[in-house]
Amino acid sequence: MAPLNYYLVLSAIIFAIGVAGVVIRRNFIVILLSIELMLNAVNLTFIAFARYLGSMEGQVIVFFVMTVAAAEAVVGLAIIISIFRHRRSLDPREMQLLKW
Amino acid sequence: MMEQFGLLRFIPLIPLAGAALNILFGARLRPQFAGFLACGAVALSFLVSLAVFWLLPASGVFRDVLFIWIDSEPFKAQLSFQADALTAVMLLVITGIGLLIHVYSLGYMGDDEGMTRYFAYLNLFVFFMSLLVLADNLLLLFVGWEGVGLCSYLLIGFWYEDHTNTIAGNKAFIVNRIGDFGFLLGVLLLFWEMGRQGVWTLNFSELERAAHLLRPESVTLITLLFFAGATGKSAQIPLYVWLPDAMQGPTPVSALIHAATMVTAGVYMTARLHFLFSLAPATLAVIATIGALTAFFAATIAVAQNDIKRVLAYSTVSQLGYMFLAAGVGAFSAAIFHLFTHAFFKACLFLGSGSVIHALGGEQDMRKMGGLRRYLPTTYWTYLVAALVISGAPLTAGFFSKDQILWQAYASPNGSTQLWLLAWLTAGLTAFYMFRQLFMVFHGACRVAEPAKARLHESPAAMTVPLVLLALGSIFAGWLGTPDFMWGSVWDPWLQSVLGVQEAVDDAAPGGELFLMALTLGIAALGFLLAFLLYGRESRVAERIAATTIYRWLAHKYYVDEIYDCVFVRPFTACARWLAQIFDPGFIDGFVNGVASTIRAGSLSWRRIQSGDVQHYLFAFLAGTLLIFAYLLGR
Repeated sequence: MAPLNYYLVLSAIIFAIGVAGVVIRRNFIVILLSIELMLNAVNLTFIAFARYLGSMEGQVIVFFVMTVAAAEAVVGLAIIISIFRHRRSLDPREMQLLKW
Repeated sequence: MMEQFGLLRFIPLIPLAGAALNILFGARLRPQFAGFLACGAVALSFLVSLAVFWLLPASGVFRDVLFIWIDSEPFKAQLSFQADALTAVMLLVITGIGLLIHVYSLGYMGDDEGMTRYFAYLNLFVFFMSLLVLADNLLLLFVGWEGVGLCSYLLIGFWYEDHTNTIAGNKAFIVNRIGDFGFLLGVLLLFWEMGRQGVWTLNFSELERAAHLLRPESVTLITLLFFAGATGKSAQIPLYVWLPDAMQGPTPVSALIHAATMVTAGVYMTARLHFLFSLAPATLAVIATIGALTAFFAATIAVAQNDIKRVLAYSTVSQLGYMFLAAGVGAFSAAIFHLFTHAFFKACLFLGSGSVIHALGGEQDMRKMGGLRRYLPTTYWTYLVAALVISGAPLTAGFFSKDQILWQAYASPNGSTQLWLLAWLTAGLTAFYMFRQLFMVFHGACRVAEPAKARLHESPAAMTVPLVLLALGSIFAGWLGTPDFMWGSVWDPWLQSVLGVQEAVDDAAPGGELFLMALTLGIAALGFLLAFLLYGRESRVAERIAATTIYRWLAHKYYVDEIYDCVFVRPFTACARWLAQIFDPGFIDGFVNGVASTIRAGSLSWRRIQSGDVQHYLFAFLAGTLLIFAYLLGR
C-alpha cells in the first residue's frame, strides 16, 4: 500500500490547482469546477487518513461533503444561468456592481 | 446653645413662593394683584423675622435643618438655616425695609407694564438675600450670594428696551463675577486647608472651632480672597464701578438692592467670618485702608455729580467704605451698626429721590430741578431728615454709628490717625454733597421745564408713608447704640454673642471720644455751610466752580471708567476679537477641517481596493490565509 504522504501530496496539488483556478480563470463555470476540485482534494485527505487510522469517521464526513457539493453545484449553476440570461456573459470581471 | 426653630425656613420660602406664583400665574392676574401678593409675602416673612428676633434668647442660636444637601464622606453639608443675633438684625433690615420698599413700589411702578415681572424679581431677591443671611455654611451663603447678584442684574436691566440699561446690568454682573471668582477661590482654599487638618466642613460654627488650626499665611490668603469677593458685591475699590451704573434700574430697586441690603452682603460676610479675619492682621489692614480710601474717594466724586441718583450711588459706595473701615479695625459690631442705620437713611434718600423723579416724569438731572419744596412737602421733609442723618446731625442714627466708626478708626489697636483723618474728611464731604443736592433739588428757583411743571404733584400715600416711616427710623435707629457717656449701647452686648467681645479701646485721654465727636460735627457743619454758600443762595460761584479743571475731573469720576476701559476692556475685547476672527476660524477650524479633509483624501484613494471583483477579494483572502499559516508555522 502506498504511504500516507503520497496521498497528502497529491491532495495538496489538486487543492492548489483548484485554488489557482478559482482565482485566475475568467469563466464562472470553470470557477465552479475548480471549487469542486478543491472539495474533492479535501475528500481525498479524509479518506487517506481514515484508512491510515482505521477509523470510519473520515469516510462519513466525505459523504456529507459530497452531498453539500452536489447541492452547491445546483445552486451555483442556477445562479450562473440566471446571470448569463441577464448579461450574456460569464466573465467575473464584468460583474463589478458592488463596489465603492 | 442651639435650638430647633421650625419657622425659620418660612422666612426665605414665603417670598420664593410669592415669586413663583407671580412668575407662573402672573400673566393671568391683574398687575395690581401681583403687587399685593408680593407685599403680602414679604409682610409674612417680616412677621416671622420679628418672631425670631423676639424669641431669640440672648447668646442663643436657632437652627432649622431641612435635609442633608451633600453627603460625600468625609464632607457633609446640610441645607439648614441658623439665626443668631447677627442674622436676626439682618433679617429685620431685609424684610422690614424690604416690605416698606415693596409698598412704595406699588405706587412707583403702579402704571408700569412689567409690574408682575418686577414684583416677581423683587420677591426672588428677598428670598436669596434671606437665604444668604440665614445660611449656616459657606456653600449655602454662596448660593444666596450669587442669587442676589442675579436679581440685581435682572432688576438693573428691568427696562430692557433701553440698551444702556442692559449694558449697565451686564457691567454689574461681570464686575461682580470678578469678585465672586475670588470669593469662590477663598471658599475652596479654606475647604482644602481645613481638610488638610482633618476638618472637612464649611459650617460656620465648626469652622470657628477649628479656625486656630489654620496656618497664618493661608488664613491671610483666604481672607484676602474673601475680601476680593466683598469688594465686588459691596462696591469697594477697585470693583466699585458697577454700582453707579446700577442706578439705571427702577429707583425702589436702587433703594432695596443697591443701598440697603445686597451691597451690604460683603460687610455681613466679613462679620460672619470675623473669626477668620481676626486671625489675619494683614488682611484687616488692607480692609481698613481700602475702606477708608473708598469712603473718601467716592465722596469726592459725589460732590460733582449732577444726576440725583448718582450722587446717592457714590454716597452709598462711600458709606460702605465706612463699614469696611470699621470691620478693618476690628470693630465688626460698629460696622453692622452702621449697616443697620445706613439701611434706613439711604433707603429713605433713594425713595425720596424716586418720589422726585416720579413727580418730574423721569427727570434725573438736578440742574433741571430746584424749588421743589413747595410741590413735594412730604418728600422734602423726609429728605431733609435723611440728609441730616447721613451728615451726622447730633442725636440721629448717622451721628451715633458714624462716630462709633470714627472713634474706632482712631482709638482701636488696629486704627491709626491717617485712617481717622480720611474718615473725618469724608464726613465733611458727605455733609457738603448731601446739602448741595438738597439745595439744588428743593430750594432756589424752580428750573423745571414748563410742561412737566404743570404736572408736578406729591406722590401717593403708598410712597409717602414708607418715606415717613424710614425717616423716623433714621432718627431713632441710632439710639440703640449710643456711646458710653450717654446711656450706653444695647447694640454691642446683643451682638457680642456672635462677634465676640471686642478688644477694649485704650482710652488714654478721657473724653477723647467726645472731642473727636466735636471735631466731626465741626467739619460736617463746615460742609453744610459751604453747600449753603455755594448752592443755597442765588450765586454765580457754582458755575465758576463747574468750569474748573478739578471739577471736571470729579464730574468724570477721575476717568476711572475710561481707564478701566483702556486697560482691561479694550485689550480684552481686542483679544477676544482676534480669537474669534483669526484664531478660531484659522487655527481651530483649520485643525478640525484639516483632519477631516486628510481622512477624506485618504479614503478617496483607499476605496479603490474595493474593486467589486470577486476574484480580487478571493485573492486577498488567500493571501491573508497564507500569511497566517506562515506565521503559525514559523513560530
